[in-house]
Amino acid sequence: MSVKIAKKNNGVKRGLAASIIDKIGLPTLIIAAFFAAVMITAVVLKQSIPVLISDILRRFGMNGVLVLAMVPAIRSGTGPNFALPVGIICGLLAWTIGIEMGLTGIKLVLVVALMATVFAVIAGYLYGRLLNAVKGAEMAIATYTGFSIVGFMALVWLIAPFKSKQMGWMMGSGLRETIKLEGVGAAQIFNKFLSFEVLGITVPTGMLLIFFAFCLLIWLFFRTKTGIAITAGGNNPEFAAASGINIDRNRIIANIISTVLGALGIIIYSQSYGYFQLYSGPLMMAFPAVAGVLIGGATASKANVSHVIIGTFLFQGLLTASAPLANQLFEGSDLSEILRMVLQNGIILYALTQVKGGGK
Amino acid sequence: MSDILLSFRNIAKEFSGNRVLNNINLDIKKGEIHALIGENGAGKSTLMNILFGMPVIHTTGGFEGSIEIEGEKVQITSPHEAMARGIGMVHQEFMLIPGYTITENIKINRELTNPNPISRIFGKQLETLDMKRMNADARKALDIMGMDIEEYTMVEGLPVGHMQFIEIAREIDKSGVKLLVFDEPTAVLTESETQNLLSVLEKLAATGIGIIFISHRLDEVMQVSHRVTILRDGELVVTKPTEDTNKHEIAELMVGRKVIMERSGSDKRKISDDIILSIRNLEVKMPGEEVKGFNLEVRKGEIVGIGGLAGQGKLGVANGIMGIFPARGEVIFEGRPLELNNPKGALAAGLAFVSEDRKGVGLLLDDSIELNTVFTSMQIHNQFLINLGFAKFMNARRIRRHTQAMINDLDIRCTSSKQKVGSLSGGNQQKVCLARALTQNPKLLLVSEPTRGIDVGAKKLVLDLLKKLNEEQGLTIVMTSSELAELRSICDRIVIVCEGKVEGILPPDASNTEFGLMMSGSRAGSQQGDGIA
Repeated sequence: MSVKIAKKNNGVKRGLAASIIDKIGLPTLIIAAFFAAVMITAVVLKQSIPVLISDILRRFGMNGVLVLAMVPAIRSGTGPNFALPVGIICGLLAWTIGIEMGLTGIKLVLVVALMATVFAVIAGYLYGRLLNAVKGAEMAIATYTGFSIVGFMALVWLIAPFKSKQMGWMMGSGLRETIKLEGVGAAQIFNKFLSFEVLGITVPTGMLLIFFAFCLLIWLFFRTKTGIAITAGGNNPEFAAASGINIDRNRIIANIISTVLGALGIIIYSQSYGYFQLYSGPLMMAFPAVAGVLIGGATASKANVSHVIIGTFLFQGLLTASAPLANQLFEGSDLSEILRMVLQNGIILYALTQVKGGGK
Repeated sequence: MSDILLSFRNIAKEFSGNRVLNNINLDIKKGEIHALIGENGAGKSTLMNILFGMPVIHTTGGFEGSIEIEGEKVQITSPHEAMARGIGMVHQEFMLIPGYTITENIKINRELTNPNPISRIFGKQLETLDMKRMNADARKALDIMGMDIEEYTMVEGLPVGHMQFIEIAREIDKSGVKLLVFDEPTAVLTESETQNLLSVLEKLAATGIGIIFISHRLDEVMQVSHRVTILRDGELVVTKPTEDTNKHEIAELMVGRKVIMERSGSDKRKISDDIILSIRNLEVKMPGEEVKGFNLEVRKGEIVGIGGLAGQGKLGVANGIMGIFPARGEVIFEGRPLELNNPKGALAAGLAFVSEDRKGVGLLLDDSIELNTVFTSMQIHNQFLINLGFAKFMNARRIRRHTQAMINDLDIRCTSSKQKVGSLSGGNQQKVCLARALTQNPKLLLVSEPTRGIDVGAKKLVLDLLKKLNEEQGLTIVMTSSELAELRSICDRIVIVCEGKVEGILPPDASNTEFGLMMSGSRAGSQQGDGIA
């Protein structure tokens, strides 16, 4: 009798474990466990935990909107937006034009954001049209769209008639590879807004607020008539078409939103960094964003705002925490940087192999 | 005794508890053309799958009974083995490679080869093709059928009739072929091609090959077969020499199932004389269910059934009207012409559609009952929304309330209105489809295969629901179904579609013979089979 009960309990437990894995998704659980292990090691190795947490918060806020850009694309059925560099370039172009205009401080940032949005709407529209022409091969096409635009813009950065001393080389023409935002009063402008310190942890309040505001907007958008139609078109195109939905138009709308988020995302990212990078800087930026949303539990066809928040936190947290750890463990060698690369790309690779896993 | 080529002995087959074949005993003689007849789902394909040892049989628990070839009990566990034992199949869809010549297609995978130096080192796969001998073989096979086409012609661009013959040539070229199965070989052929094919069948039979001829065209069966076997609901009804029967009897035996549910309560309803929907010359390009010039007038308040055999185009009608497959022709709804190929327009005009493809077109399987119920109304009629001017947000509370009401009305069995539709049973999924259609407050409801894949109890519920909607709300319904009994139980009249056109319209109480003849394309009353258009 008692054996029977034990068996029964066991069954219930296993069911519970399976349902948790089902609900949260295996990749998310594994990365979370890995993250926890790294944090514990950090404590054991006597790393400064407040500094670590401050760093994690900062990187979380920096990358959040870029990861959020994945949601509309995935929900519309075009898959993760591997062409994120398209949006990023719009943001960078806006930065350069804004600085060239001689603006500084908050005025600069607002004008840049406005310009970036306009550029991104146009670029996103064209990109959406492209995706509609290559249905079924979106992910590969998107990746190479991103690569191509970065290559093309490398030419533009070189020959565009920019005059500003902030951005040019000491001699010759063309823009510098790395452009500091300190000189134009835009570095950490959001981070510092309402920022406070508690237990030695610096909280970049302004940046986090902006990130959460975007999360709220996207969440709300997918509760509107258009948002619901976009999701339905991504989940089951035949169903949506039979209900009279214009799927191609919706895919374009979703990719415009994604591109705009990419453009605004890079503005938030670079103000926190203190500088932005031209030329091959944006080349690989889509991958950490894709990995972030996938680790959060999204799949190539399903993504929620919650996936973005969880995934960005885990992915950036893991990267941030493991770097100083590697430094300490392999002191005096270049190994830590290599290890960081291995880790980041390893996570991306893992997330991509798990594209179909996770909660539906 | 030895003129018996193949025997089925006590064959029975279950698919997950559902008995689809029961106690089949059947002999095929040498040189005989044996017609196998039955409605869709009567068990013809299952029987043939057993004969060919198809994986679908063995992965579902095998079958009962035994098969004997020339008196010897055999175990056929794969199509390959069936081939080795001299059983061949001529497929309904052609399995030919367009870019190859006729010879190459006939000889594919059985090429005749000569050794060469390279093949002596690297093995048989690299031997040279002996085109001369292969061409000669192909010629022989073509000659048997009296085809004077050159064997080195490319298959690409040949008329379909020729392709069919090449398929047959491939089968008879296989040495030692004893039995050939023809599965609806005339379905895609023109009339003259059909006549050619039938004479080839006779020639083949004369050489001693046994032939199983599956067809629903009774005129052909009468013309060419020696004996007829009729299957119905998995049972063998009768095997008879063809000369002792006629197509009326065959039709009756094929359909002959008691009408379980009688149309009742019809006196309460009123069908007005207003034509609500009129369809003229509708052509729909729906793969496998093409409509080629369909005409129908539907009166307000009636239930019209569309029946017919699979592949004849009955499913294409509703799909064409709703703009799901490309359509041409004229559809007038409530006196106004309906723009075709425009799902949005059809929905906005007040039509609603419950698709036969429940899991594909019909539902968002990963989403809640709520979203599935209100989606179309929200998108087309702007219902269940809160309009804030700059954006229209979904009205979660109204959606919840409405869905709850639908769940109660239609008796949808679920844990909550948030449950994912994919986790519901087939019958309940169908009710969600109906709930979405009803939420649109349609003036006319098109329902396709409403009971496909759902159990008997749920079937009755769905049919009763349709009847109730019609009686109480005067909803006009056009129901398409391959189950005749179901159409007869609730429809006022039944349109039988054959070859993409209306073959005829019958009252639900018409005799089995009439239905059977009409479904097989022979108009009632015609004796000579001149009914085929």
